[in-house]
Amino acid sequence: MRNLFAYILKQYFFFLFLLLEIVAFSFVLQNNYQQATFLNSTGKVVGTVLSTFNNISGYFSLKKANESLIRENARLRNKMADKFLLTDTLVYYHVDSLFRYIGAKVISSTISHQKNYLVLNKGSLHGIKKDMGVITMNGIVGTVVDVSRNFSRVMSVLHVNNKINARIKKNNHLGTLEWNGNDYRYGYLTDIPMHVDLEPGDTIVTSGNSYIFPEGLMIGTVEEYYKQPNEKFNNALISYSVDYNNVYFVYIIVNLKKSELMNLERTQLNDR
Amino acid sequence: MTGKVIINIFRFCILVFLQVLILDNINFRGFVNPYLYVYFILLLPFEVPGWLLLFSSFAIGFCIDIFNGTLGIHTASSVLLAFFRPIVINSITSRKEFEPGMKPSISDLGFQWFFSYSIILIFVHHLALFYIEVFRFSDFFVTLSRVIFSTIFTLLLIILSQYLFFNPSKK
Repeated sequence: MRNLFAYILKQYFFFLFLLLEIVAFSFVLQNNYQQATFLNSTGKVVGTVLSTFNNISGYFSLKKANESLIRENARLRNKMADKFLLTDTLVYYHVDSLFRYIGAKVISSTISHQKNYLVLNKGSLHGIKKDMGVITMNGIVGTVVDVSRNFSRVMSVLHVNNKINARIKKNNHLGTLEWNGNDYRYGYLTDIPMHVDLEPGDTIVTSGNSYIFPEGLMIGTVEEYYKQPNEKFNNALISYSVDYNNVYFVYIIVNLKKSELMNLERTQLNDR
Repeated sequence: MTGKVIINIFRFCILVFLQVLILDNINFRGFVNPYLYVYFILLLPFEVPGWLLLFSSFAIGFCIDIFNGTLGIHTASSVLLAFFRPIVINSITSRKEFEPGMKPSISDLGFQWFFSYSIILIFVHHLALFYIEVFRFSDFFVTLSRVIFSTIFTLLLIILSQYLFFNPSKK
């Protein structure tokens, strides 16, 4: 026994190395299997540092941000009710909002990792909860996975485990949007049934089958369709409509009917 | 001695902030990213005890991980780099050119020594970093190309900063 201790003491560098590697790998595994819940413990320090720096660096992108906001304002003005001609006044419309949008600023984002996240400057104080969708005016960005008081963390579309229900706009067929971790400009639409034909340039939108995103939000366009004659399901290369390398302002989507929908689904499950 | 400790703590902070606030946003062509913070481990003095070398590498990797939200990845590869550092130093340094009190820098040991010292260690670090992050061996060569390009990028920055801050012509 004493010999063993003497040996370990002599080779302590190697054993210490081994110990530290085991600790590090246990972090990696923990992070791989349960999604990031790290923001709550360190979020305050990290968030404050990042948002302080962002307040400075944000000035350099103000012009670009302004231009995109003006463009979006113009688009929204065109959608306002008084821009449409109402001919039939007898029809009663009951309009109830299904979604509410909360604007937020991106204080940090990555695109070069396998699992990319964004940190936003809004948190539980502003009504953000887990599993809310995040979009820009050009398309979808990701899903909120972690919320602290003032900040929230978003699992980006550019995350190898993030799978999003998608729909081919022209024929309403469903597919799954995935990212393979290589190029931040392109994703893959998988599970396309064999009888469906796609052309380059076809639009892919969100399906609305989840509580996260409303239906019909832009995802991207088809770049290339890999059709194999004997495969039941095919894949297509999708060029994202959002340039994830410069996302400054985003909207967080609050689904106002989510609890109702979830209750309904729960009763369905109980009946089965 | 205390002077050296203070300089290294100062360097630690500067490199962490530089890495997190500026270099992590470079994303050249979407996947080539320099990881300059390893410079801290490379520049630790030769006489640093083994446990301190391992612990300080663990600490800097952990700091980067916290900011990136990639818990464990940078920590594991930094500790690996720290483990290989004495081995690489022993294998590329001959006894006669080594004098006590030297620093691992171009000005003390020459360009060729420093180049091979840093390229091996940076490559080991980046290799571990990218493969642990991907966590699979499909797309092996895509990942390898990321490793190589990022290694070149990091090495370039380190050699540039050697010439900027350590002034090798002084000797």
